[in-house]
Amino acid sequence: MTALDVSPAAVSKKSPKQRRGTELWLLAFAYAITLGAFAQVDIVLLDKLSTDFTTFAIVFGLGLVGAHATLRYLAPHADPILLPAVSLLNGLGLAMIHRLDLAEDLQPADPDYVAQLGWFVLAVGVFFAVLLLVRDHRVLQRYTYTAMLLGLLLLILPLLPVIGAEINGARIWVRLTLGPRTFSFQPAEVAKIVLIVFFAGYLVVKRDVLALARSRVFGIDLPRGRDLGPIVVAWVASLGVLVFQQDLGTSLLFFGLFVTMLYIATERRSWIFIGGFLFAAGAFAAYQLFDHVQLRVGIWLDPFTDESGNGFQIAQSLYGFASGGVLGVGLGQGHPDFVPFAKTDFIMSAFGEELGLTGVMALLALYGIVIERGMRTAVACRDSFGKLLAAGLSVALGIQVFVVVGGVMKLIPLTGLTTPFLSYGGSSLVANWALVALLLRVSDAARRPPDAARREVVA
Amino acid sequence: MNSTIRRTAVALGILIIALMINANVIAVIQNDDLRARDGNRRQIIDEYDQQRGSILVGRKAIAKSVATDERLRYLRVYSDGAAYAPATGYYSVYGATGIEKTDNDLLAGSDDRLFVDRLTTLFSGQQQQGGNVVLTLDADAQRAAFDGLDGQEGAVAAIDPRTGAILAMASSPSFDPNLLASHDPTEVSDNYEKLRRDPGDPLLNRSIQQVYPPGSLFKVVVSAAALSSGEYTPDTEVPGPAILNLPDTSATIGNYFDGPCIGGTLTLTEALAISCNTAFAKIGLKLGDAAIREQAERFGFNERLNVPLTVAPSIYPDNLNAPQTAQSAIGQFDVRSTPLQMAMVAAGVANDGVVMTPYLVAEERAPDLSALSITEPKPLSRAVSAQVAGELQDMMVTVVANGTGASAAIPGFSVGGKTGTAQDGKRPPHVWFMAFAPAEDPQVAVAVIVENGGRLGDDATGGAVAGPIAREVMEAVLQ
Repeated sequence: MTALDVSPAAVSKKSPKQRRGTELWLLAFAYAITLGAFAQVDIVLLDKLSTDFTTFAIVFGLGLVGAHATLRYLAPHADPILLPAVSLLNGLGLAMIHRLDLAEDLQPADPDYVAQLGWFVLAVGVFFAVLLLVRDHRVLQRYTYTAMLLGLLLLILPLLPVIGAEINGARIWVRLTLGPRTFSFQPAEVAKIVLIVFFAGYLVVKRDVLALARSRVFGIDLPRGRDLGPIVVAWVASLGVLVFQQDLGTSLLFFGLFVTMLYIATERRSWIFIGGFLFAAGAFAAYQLFDHVQLRVGIWLDPFTDESGNGFQIAQSLYGFASGGVLGVGLGQGHPDFVPFAKTDFIMSAFGEELGLTGVMALLALYGIVIERGMRTAVACRDSFGKLLAAGLSVALGIQVFVVVGGVMKLIPLTGLTTPFLSYGGSSLVANWALVALLLRVSDAARRPPDAARREVVA
Repeated sequence: MNSTIRRTAVALGILIIALMINANVIAVIQNDDLRARDGNRRQIIDEYDQQRGSILVGRKAIAKSVATDERLRYLRVYSDGAAYAPATGYYSVYGATGIEKTDNDLLAGSDDRLFVDRLTTLFSGQQQQGGNVVLTLDADAQRAAFDGLDGQEGAVAAIDPRTGAILAMASSPSFDPNLLASHDPTEVSDNYEKLRRDPGDPLLNRSIQQVYPPGSLFKVVVSAAALSSGEYTPDTEVPGPAILNLPDTSATIGNYFDGPCIGGTLTLTEALAISCNTAFAKIGLKLGDAAIREQAERFGFNERLNVPLTVAPSIYPDNLNAPQTAQSAIGQFDVRSTPLQMAMVAAGVANDGVVMTPYLVAEERAPDLSALSITEPKPLSRAVSAQVAGELQDMMVTVVANGTGASAAIPGFSVGGKTGTAQDGKRPPHVWFMAFAPAEDPQVAVAVIVENGGRLGDDATGGAVAGPIAREVMEAVLQ
């Protein structure tokens, strides 16, 4: 990038491929599918299009236009697939939450979908703010240790008295009462992003020493004892989350994320083995020591012996998927409300029932696209910090999807995590839109042609 | 770092693919099993969305679904519920029993034979309905049986000897299936708990699900074996001492009354008429347990039947020694029988030796009431030759005419019967009666048991307590 590219090809390329037009078409497509889903819910359950439909069409449409415009002006070279993919996920999530509102009551006084639509608007706002404030992702590297402190603080928040709250057995909530309304949010969702920034910044600096200095034990290359410090800290912190907040999912997510980023940064496979060993040891110890972990594993192995008790959620979830079969029973025509927490943790089961295997495969494919486009961004990115940041964000999304969807399908023990973009819940939605905003920011830098980059710097 | 990023990307891809494979396994391979599980309420809730077919006795619907304006659209309503509960069972949000369960596919409209029906309703936009089930029960006989039991713990089973059609299937105490048909799950589970904890066990269908020692009723089976062996005729003289010492043990068998049976020697007919224990124990010893087991099995013992409700197998045990054989010959030791099995014994005798397969469903009908299937009577087995059957009929007629079974006599008809008293460890003993009528052209065979003597307790005999119920049921059929 030091020498100026003055070849005729580069000069004649007046307009580098931004693909914003492609993105707009894909967005229109996602919008159309979402509206179709929403309309079907209304027609099946209410025999007419509700006023909700109009509100939804306008608000959701404007939100997508806003997000698209944000990219046009603030990240014109960013990946054109990511935004339509997450928009479709978010739109289908909204349609399903609306559908589940109607399942409880055909005229819900306080529909959750309206709240979620509000969170969507806020999320698009945050999306805009992130891209506006972070004009160059490398700026974030300056805040490496600030991010660490902020991340740890966010993790500890739910344990604090007064504001910390335990909901459904997990102490992962912060509850603030402002005037007449109470706001709850899960700081772990925000902590996830902040800690990725920290991991990326930290590993960029330390990767060489973590990669090179090593001692051989039994023919295996092991890092030096003092270099093990960070992974041990991460391990202890995630075990802390597990023990004090009883949040298996978040614990698994953070530890897996850190180990993966360590592996990517150092290119040393030994970290995977060390991480795997520590995880296995921690999981075994947790299983031996804590009843709730044993209970989760027991339910996972056999949800049906205590089907009306502890195994109820997972059994109901499996019934949902089974009932949907290959093509699903159709939106509005099943009983996804039989599954507890259908709007949050178990929303994938609701899709499995009403849209069937086909719908679930499509949603998983969408997640796969988002994750792989993120990893591609990491490969294409020119700076190490950006690579690690993009990879970390994608890995976080990937692990989260695997842990929660694998949990509701009984592939792995059930842990409490939200399904990104689909689940009802403000903190999750806003945090994931911020995550995608950061990915797009890195992507914009990665895909920007060298000359455009230069022009921008000159300008 | 690109190589590790690429490898990680592959790993993440594998995670997504693992989820996809798992989704396929659930939706394609495991789905049938998961859908059929009892804990899965979806199927039953969908069933409530359409009009379930009726269960009919004659032309009267004893179970039908009526439209409501609740979220579950149709409510199951039973008329004369307690009397018919042993046959209909119940249909609740938690599951079903009885005919409601065994004929669920037809009643719910999901039966394959209703496929064209479903297709038509799909395109015409009409409401789909379930098919109907017509039972073999005779309304008057069922009413007589249930009223006759009058709350005493016991059961009645009556069949048409010529076809095997079940005319009465009563069990007491019973329950009102309407209590479990409510749409309110808590109300249903509360009522269910109450019924389950009731010491009278009202959910138990005693006529087919409960086995009892048949006591003296089993002497008819032993008589059949004796006559079939060729070594006995109804007039063969048999010893009937006051006390019979059993071989290889100090145990003895005595008579229900003190003393010997008619001076110590009597004919086989007389032995059955006065229910002489010592005579039959001795005949049993002479025939041996193998011959008696074979005879019992020809009447249906040791066999599993579905009518289509599952009938508990009646038992004649294996490998009996001599004292056990003697005890078994008078229907004690480990011999066990359902009331339906005893009705089948009476029916086999009345039907010239052929036991017909008992059945409860006469006809299955489409929603438009056209017949889908009509049950054809099928012989189950030939229990005895026509000649032996004739001899047994005469002997049983003598029981009612001149013996212990006088209470079952119906003026103008020749009735064959047998009384029984069965020890079941507890006092007072169970009292039995089985009968058929009329002997020359049998139309009904019935077995009645009243547990622990019913209201009469220790004073009860089969003739006094169970006989009149058997008579009322037969009269109801004969009228």
